[in-house]
Amino acid sequence: MTVWDSLVGQRHAVTALQDAARGQGMTHAWLFTGPPGSGRSNAALAFAAALQCGEQGCGGCDDCTEVLAGAHPDVTLRRTEKVIITVDEARRWVRDAGLMPVRHRWQIIIVEDADRLHERANNALLKAIEEPTPRTVWMLCAPQPEDVLATIRSRTRHVSLATPTAEDVAGFLVERHGVSEERAAHAARASQGHIGRARALAMEEETRNRRREVVSLPPRLTTLGACLQAAANIVDIAKAEAEAQTDAQHAKELRDLEVLYGADRKARSLRSAKAAERELAEQHKLRLKRKVLDAVDRQLTELLSVYRDVLVVQTGAGSHLVNEEQRPELSELARRTTPEGTLHRIDAIGAAREQILEFNVPPLLALESMMVALRG
Amino acid sequence: MWNPDATMAPRQAPRSAPAPSPLGSVTLVTGPEELLNDRVVRAARNAVLKADPEAESHDTAGEQLTMATLGELAAPSLFSSTRCVAVHRLEDAPDEVHDGLVDYASSPDPDVALVLVHSGGQRGSGLLNRLRKLPTVHEHKSEAVKGRGFAQFAVDEAGTHRAVLEPEAADALVEAVGGDLRALAAAVDQLAHDFPGRRLDLDLVRRYFSGRADVKGFEIADHALYGRTSQALEELRWALDTGVGGPYVTASFASAVRQLARYKAAARGLRDADLAREVGVPPWKLRTLRDQAKAWDEQGLATAIRAVASADADVKGAGGDPAYALERMVLTVSRARVER
Repeated sequence: MTVWDSLVGQRHAVTALQDAARGQGMTHAWLFTGPPGSGRSNAALAFAAALQCGEQGCGGCDDCTEVLAGAHPDVTLRRTEKVIITVDEARRWVRDAGLMPVRHRWQIIIVEDADRLHERANNALLKAIEEPTPRTVWMLCAPQPEDVLATIRSRTRHVSLATPTAEDVAGFLVERHGVSEERAAHAARASQGHIGRARALAMEEETRNRRREVVSLPPRLTTLGACLQAAANIVDIAKAEAEAQTDAQHAKELRDLEVLYGADRKARSLRSAKAAERELAEQHKLRLKRKVLDAVDRQLTELLSVYRDVLVVQTGAGSHLVNEEQRPELSELARRTTPEGTLHRIDAIGAAREQILEFNVPPLLALESMMVALRG
Repeated sequence: MWNPDATMAPRQAPRSAPAPSPLGSVTLVTGPEELLNDRVVRAARNAVLKADPEAESHDTAGEQLTMATLGELAAPSLFSSTRCVAVHRLEDAPDEVHDGLVDYASSPDPDVALVLVHSGGQRGSGLLNRLRKLPTVHEHKSEAVKGRGFAQFAVDEAGTHRAVLEPEAADALVEAVGGDLRALAAAVDQLAHDFPGRRLDLDLVRRYFSGRADVKGFEIADHALYGRTSQALEELRWALDTGVGGPYVTASFASAVRQLARYKAAARGLRDADLAREVGVPPWKLRTLRDQAKAWDEQGLATAIRAVASADADVKGAGGDPAYALERMVLTVSRARVER
């Protein structure tokens, strides 16, 4: 077993990285790109392990296990739970990147959401990547090369990950998680190559149910009332999901604050205690917003898969359906509508995503607008 | 005689027994209305100057108060022994100086007038309560002006200029100038000064003040949903000119259209209370919705929802000109009605 085993369907990229770990084409800055769920940060992590390991990623030594567990002193994984990475955070990372490695090899910084770098944060990183300290290696991960500044792009070596095929994903689920073949095949298909999503679909009943609810929406969007209801439901589900994920953390942070300042009234009314509490509440709000957006985005992807299938049926393209088990309903929908109509609907979903993610339109409004466009 | 209450509108502070001279005592001014507070401070300063034309006056912010500055402010200077010291934003005063302030206030220097201005609110209320208990502290309190209070303020304000402002003229003035006491006071001062001895009536106000301040986004949305296109466009212009943000207007439209669409989609034959809950509005709003709904069908509402969402993205950076995006939204929405 080596560190590369957890990368699904990325033979091409793995070969290049293995060479680099042996010293061929090694450089100080890397850019990992690939669609969400293709394993960008896992690839970066595996590469980091290979660089720190005496045998280029044996998977068994202390260095390898520590890197993969996120406990290696010279490998830092930088991620954000908010919508953007601010310039202050980036500057802090740059400062830490200049430190000498604690052990013998490299100081490695993996930036998991390089696409979330704010413009000024991008510039702060550029400085560090332009004039690297000798033993520092930067690994940036983003969906597309265009997501990072052109000047950063030109100073990094690019590793592009492919969307893993459904067979690759299914095989991985069966082998690693012991999922039954049938369930693995369904999860792999439904996830459209998103490994984390496939794992959640294969392992969690609730995730499967929620997905089924979303993909069965389109045939029911016949009246204005149904459209508004569907939009409100999606937002409610997203909010509930996000709150479940972040509330526990927020409560824990507040408890920590209490330990720090004391729980009596006098301590609570201290100005610094209040400021710290406000700061935490602010952070919590930002995290919550990001989670809601992520959840809404996931649901839109599911919805998109339905119209993609409808288009496949309408054009007789004959490729596999993502939602094979819904074939009867989808064929009925395909018969009732035209391919042009389907394309317009796909556009409407894209427009809603853009409105929500790029322009900060309230999700409810954008979804209502999208649902009425899907009607018919 | 120093009587700051005379400078405040009578509704804000009932006339009390004339306060003693501000010298040798502490004047505490509390309330959220900056203009009214400033007037008390000015009156105190004038009273001090009247008592001693050579008197010095100092202004300082509560935030910058330390025990040292407090001592300095109260100490006699080389040039004059009489001083008027005003401390603004008392709520920002650091905790360390509270004791010092109370100490000083309990035995004030006879040659110093200390005026403490607190902008209302809960902060620093502990200090206020301690000060209020002292016999040497005199408080002038003003309440926040809101709603009908603005028109009344304008009328009272005219009174202090020995002019008469008619009630409907006052309403028109408030509508045109908005709920800012300073701006209102200036407007009344101007009118009273330009037309001495004349009743200030609606005609006069209309001639010099037109347009609207404080346009609310939902009022524009209501005009558009009722099909009053030109009115909606006009008020949109006023709103943008008076600094109402584009996202605020689109948010109002989004909720107005959403309410109407939910009302249209709700099951027939519900009791009003249930219907209101289903639509998500207070019961009194149902009458408006019922009225508006007559001219709308599902297709029209769908068009309106699409227009509002894309305008919202446009004002947040997707489009070039927010004003254009908003006008187009108003036009699309009001034209999506079914004309009968």
